Amino acid sequence: MTAIAPSLPALRDAFGDAVERVAVSCGDTIVYLRRDRVHDALAWLKQTPGQEFDYLTDVTAVEYRDPERPLEVVWQVRSLGRKVDLRVKVALDTAEPLEVPSVYDLWKGADWLEREVYDMFGVVFTGHPDLRRIIMWETYAEGYPLRKDFPLRGHFSRAEQTRQALAANPEAHYSLDELSIAEAFHELPKDVRERLRRGDRGFLR
Amino acid sequence: MSHRTVEYNLATPGLDAEGRPIDIPLGLGLKDTHEYRVPGQFDESFGAEHMLVNIGPQHPATHGVLRLVIELDGETVIRVIPHIGYLHSGFEKLGEYRQYNQIIPLTDRTDYLSPMANNVGFALGVEKLMGIQVTERCRVLRVIACEMSRIISHLVWLGTTGIDLGAFTPFLWSFQERERIYNLQEAWTGARLTTSVTRVGGMMADVPDGWIAALREFCRTFPATLAEVDTMFTRNAIWIGRTQGVGVLSRDEAINRSLSGPMLRASGVDYDVRKDRPYLDYETYDFDVPVGEHGDIYDRYRVRLEEMAQATRILVQAAERLEKLEGTPLNVDDPRVILPPKSRAMSDMEAMIFHFKQVMEGVKPPVGEAYLGIENPKGELGTYLVSDGTAKPVRWRIRPPSFLNLAALPRMCEGALLSDVIAINASVDIVMGEIDR
Repeated sequence: MTAIAPSLPALRDAFGDAVERVAVSCGDTIVYLRRDRVHDALAWLKQTPGQEFDYLTDVTAVEYRDPERPLEVVWQVRSLGRKVDLRVKVALDTAEPLEVPSVYDLWKGADWLEREVYDMFGVVFTGHPDLRRIIMWETYAEGYPLRKDFPLRGHFSRAEQTRQALAANPEAHYSLDELSIAEAFHELPKDVRERLRRGDRGFLR
Repeated sequence: MSHRTVEYNLATPGLDAEGRPIDIPLGLGLKDTHEYRVPGQFDESFGAEHMLVNIGPQHPATHGVLRLVIELDGETVIRVIPHIGYLHSGFEKLGEYRQYNQIIPLTDRTDYLSPMANNVGFALGVEKLMGIQVTERCRVLRVIACEMSRIISHLVWLGTTGIDLGAFTPFLWSFQERERIYNLQEAWTGARLTTSVTRVGGMMADVPDGWIAALREFCRTFPATLAEVDTMFTRNAIWIGRTQGVGVLSRDEAINRSLSGPMLRASGVDYDVRKDRPYLDYETYDFDVPVGEHGDIYDRYRVRLEEMAQATRILVQAAERLEKLEGTPLNVDDPRVILPPKSRAMSDMEAMIFHFKQVMEGVKPPVGEAYLGIENPKGELGTYLVSDGTAKPVRWRIRPPSFLNLAALPRMCEGALLSDVIAINASVDIVMGEIDR
């Protein structure tokens, strides 16, 4: 396969042992970084003259079928001017809380991408200003659909899913933020207000 | 597209060019009475409350099941909160339970306005993973597939955006032309929408006899429709008033927000995957990439209109090449991915084994991962595949271009009017099948 991307020696010089491993697959260079340095490294890649990875192509995660293997969070960065790609990864032990720093402060494009990874894998991006579920609804209680321990048909039975859908609280279609804009909170029925205060925004338990 | 030919100063009656109310003497003598109020000065309590307006998910102007919750101060947008997910189908999860060739029908249904381009994007991703280079005839056919998709996708965008801004006629023109491409797709694949035209290492089918002539006929007559649309819109005062300077995104912001495709190029970034990271021999075709400079709806319109003309140019060149390649093989000669001919499978032991293994076990890429981006009509469609050596991917990630383009909507709508939200949303060219996946 082709050679390792030329950014690597400079990245190693700047971050030393934070670069855990480098691999090449199908011509793409993959850098495994330590979790606590990944934000600094991405900021360095974006801002250093000569690197200029100014474009965040994608943020996603990969969980392998082998339960022993860690879950990987993947950032694809690109330099539009130099026409170079780089894939940065952080390996996370699934037995521990899944947390990585958000890169929203570097790229606004990370906003929805990180929300999607949170929604689908349960990875928490610390520092993200508005980390909510994005594709599944806010009160979705079955877990994180793209995790390997999530069955294809979901955790709940079809009957349970139907019951929850029918019992759903219509106000749950609006976030608390949105309800506060409308100043609609005080107009809600008393029991709904109490449930919202308790933080119960979903179905009736 | 360097300079705008026409700039109109459209002032609403009663307002001057800056939007301030003009004090028009009504001649009723009200000025002297206590009832007279200087225009523009209202009771404080009128403006105190913000209003929450919900648009969608069932609303024709949201182009699918998009829901927007909008905070309004009068008619001015304070904040737009998009809600997506109403068309979530779990394609990426389903892909983990399917063999590679079985995923291709799922790609039809992501960006359903350009199914053929999605098929090509996925097949190229798997071929990168396996290190396969497809035949020249296959590459030319895939270019035709991609460029036809670009035209039909942009035509839908043009027609629906016209309707959103009150122009109905171009919608009929564009759908008439779109129908002709659908007929071509139907003749090629048997399906109008769910084409599933590619396979790993080749194509599902070759084009039938007389197809190239029909494609040439389309390429000959289509520019006339583009010229008509150009006459109708490009110098139209209403169109210009609704689109110029609305929904502006600067160059830096467009890059920072990971925009791609016409949205990125309208903001003045000269980036096109076909030029900068060529696949399918795009570097050998003669075409231009239109780039805007203002980053508003009008520039997005100009970019997409020109892209349709350029796609037609590529189609003409590809049709010429396809005629020269008459009789050359369509699929790669690789028993890992392409079935041997049935006659050989029935007479040759080795061919039968390959046939059996492929049908029973499927295509098995080696352990590894690959990311490949192609220039879809909406922007850069990325396919990120991770393989553990089995016949089903560990992870199939679609990098959805209109998902990222839509994420910039709240920023573009800040301070706009409610009616501009419809125009800005239309200019993003979203397709919910891809956003929700």
